[in-house]
Amino acid sequence: MTKHEPLIHIVKRDGMAWWRAWAIRLISAVMALLVCALFIYGLTKLNPIKVYGAMWEGAFGSPRRAWITARDTAILLCIGVGLAPAFMMRFWNVGAEGQVLMGGCATAAVLIYGGAALPTWALLCAGALASLAAGALWGLIPALFKARWNTNETLFTLMMNYIAIQITCFLVATWENPKGSNSVGIINQKTQAGWFPALFGQQYMMNVILVLALTVGVFLYLRYTKQGYEISVVGESENTARYAGINVRRVLVRTMAISGAICGLSGFVAVAGSSHTISTSTAGGRGFTAIIVAWMAKFNTFVMVLIALLLVFLEKGAVQIASQFHLNDYASDVVTGIILFFLLGSEFFIQYSLRFRSHTHAKEAEA
Amino acid sequence: MKKLASLLLALCLVMSLGVSALAADGIAPEDLKIGMVCIGDNNSGYDIAHITGLEKAMETLGIPAENVIYKYNVGENEEAADACYDLADNGCQIIFTDSYGHQTYTQQVASEYPELTFCAMTGDLAALSGLSNLKNAFNHTFESRYVSGVVAGMKLAELIENGELTDENYDADGNVKIGYVGAYPYAEVVSGYTAFFLGIRSIVENVHMDVRYTNSWFDPIAEAEAANALMADGCAIISQHADSTGAPSAVQAYSEAGHTVFCVGYNIDMQAVAPDVALTSAGNDWSVYYTFALQSMIDGTEIPTDWSEGYNEGANYIFPLNPCCPEGTAEKVAEVEAGLTDGCLQVFDCSTFTVDGEQPTSFLAIDLDGDFNGDEGEAISDGVFHESDPALRSAPYFSLRIDGITELS
Repeated sequence: MTKHEPLIHIVKRDGMAWWRAWAIRLISAVMALLVCALFIYGLTKLNPIKVYGAMWEGAFGSPRRAWITARDTAILLCIGVGLAPAFMMRFWNVGAEGQVLMGGCATAAVLIYGGAALPTWALLCAGALASLAAGALWGLIPALFKARWNTNETLFTLMMNYIAIQITCFLVATWENPKGSNSVGIINQKTQAGWFPALFGQQYMMNVILVLALTVGVFLYLRYTKQGYEISVVGESENTARYAGINVRRVLVRTMAISGAICGLSGFVAVAGSSHTISTSTAGGRGFTAIIVAWMAKFNTFVMVLIALLLVFLEKGAVQIASQFHLNDYASDVVTGIILFFLLGSEFFIQYSLRFRSHTHAKEAEA
Repeated sequence: MKKLASLLLALCLVMSLGVSALAADGIAPEDLKIGMVCIGDNNSGYDIAHITGLEKAMETLGIPAENVIYKYNVGENEEAADACYDLADNGCQIIFTDSYGHQTYTQQVASEYPELTFCAMTGDLAALSGLSNLKNAFNHTFESRYVSGVVAGMKLAELIENGELTDENYDADGNVKIGYVGAYPYAEVVSGYTAFFLGIRSIVENVHMDVRYTNSWFDPIAEAEAANALMADGCAIISQHADSTGAPSAVQAYSEAGHTVFCVGYNIDMQAVAPDVALTSAGNDWSVYYTFALQSMIDGTEIPTDWSEGYNEGANYIFPLNPCCPEGTAEKVAEVEAGLTDGCLQVFDCSTFTVDGEQPTSFLAIDLDGDFNGDEGEAISDGVFHESDPALRSAPYFSLRIDGITELS
């Protein structure tokens, strides 16, 4: 009797030693660099090693560049950390973009209206609280609808982004300076009121410390607290959670408030700690990029540090390639795309293994 | 022999001393390092105009091409400050930022690097900032827009004469409808569309213009949508103050669908995307300023805080005329350009337009207290609105809304 079998079986792996998983990731990274090298040489005839060197230069070439990389990593990481609790609960919060913007708008409002009256420490406290509240509100609305009417949270949070973008545009038009420029300019440029102060002589030290503290905090919260455990049970199975006596609705609403609040806080870090202005580019798509960060790190906030750093590194590298070799930005984006494709693809080979037909035949023969 | 050698040596020493003393004032062309911050890259007509202008200036002055560092696609946010800091770190002695919104960040970096020169192109804050190393520059773009308006007027006159316009091209008062796609409701845009309108009206008297804003300097889709809305409303001529090919492409498509419509572009030759309908484009030759600024760096002379020149210095021009332009257009353009060059023709001659039915007699250009109303700097004298007068400000300040133009959005 002939049995028709597909050429390849895809089989889920039972598990893999950590070092093997990391070996696969390393191999895919090397392969990505090789394919990129082919692309770079084939298209531009540039020496790929030099191009990679330029990428490194762009991200870490001078202390200032390294700090800018750290600053941008901190904001991306902060959003990723904010997404982690929601994603662990299998609540697809794709509304980080809007939550960041709402936090940023709240901070900008505090800086603009309180700039002349309050000292910087008070502005910072008020800005942080306002951004937490604004972000939490933007996370709470879809969560309440989901809890009450079981609305689709992916669509709902996505739509909330567009409302936030329009609110931001409206506020920019309200606060624009000078009028007609469609830009708020630098808020409190002369007084620097409400700006993050330089710590240890470093302008962006506070951004980094704040976000790293959050990273550790959320890691501990998810891993070691009762609420964190509830989140993972709800994420695994709502029915199990209910059976175990967990109030699913309450966990849902509470977790989304936390998720939104942290995303809102990254708007605070972006406005008060980095750009000192507000526009739709305050979020600038980072709310979506952070989804990749959270997913690739499997919601482990420490791994997120690496992923966020990698993404920002690629971005800064792309900018430097464009500047140094007069390569169009799109060419640099292709390089970034290839690297991400391989890294995301490697996760497939960590989760699954491929078995070829002859291989299974041999096994059957043995049996 | 030994004596001769030592004499030569001494001579060399003296010479080199002399040379180094000379160099202390200025910077030798091969030592001059330039930074250029662009809001886009070579996909945007606006940036191309700046990049080619700078390249031409460097070639003219014998500055090696590798002495410039470009930063592309720099947003109007902290990225602009990052880019300026980085260029300063890399030894650039003069740094240009090409977009208006870069300016506050340019100013921030300029205040921390007083020994370097920063030119915020198209900016307006240099004089008010009190920083001696922050400069603004702006060509008389309104002059080339006026000339391009004359070209459009010539075409319009031909269309009227040949009876090629339909009823929908006229409004209730019998005026021919024309349309304009603007980026933002900012003085720079207002000044530009008014100049274009006055150029048309110098040929065809009964015209009315509608302006639609896209709220972006570069948004091909929004610009095409705005152009489509204007054409659907019957506009027979479309011009633009936005940086993409969106509007001309839309006009070309509308024309191919059997409508009578033409357009006037900006910054690049739009005949590439709209071969049948793009009459001409208003152009800026930025190389005039870049050459002047870099020459000043080489000579060690001070660059003026505000610089603004037009046809008189060759900083403005229009792109080649489309073959479909009526006979006599080239001659008319030459006549108008000659008038602008020698100054006997003024774009904003107050006798040619009214505001709320009256001829304007006074306009204060400079706002000191941020309330968006001019506080000083009278721009109108001898019946002429003096736009971009370097004594006031290089960036346009003509923000009067004249009769005959309606802003729709």
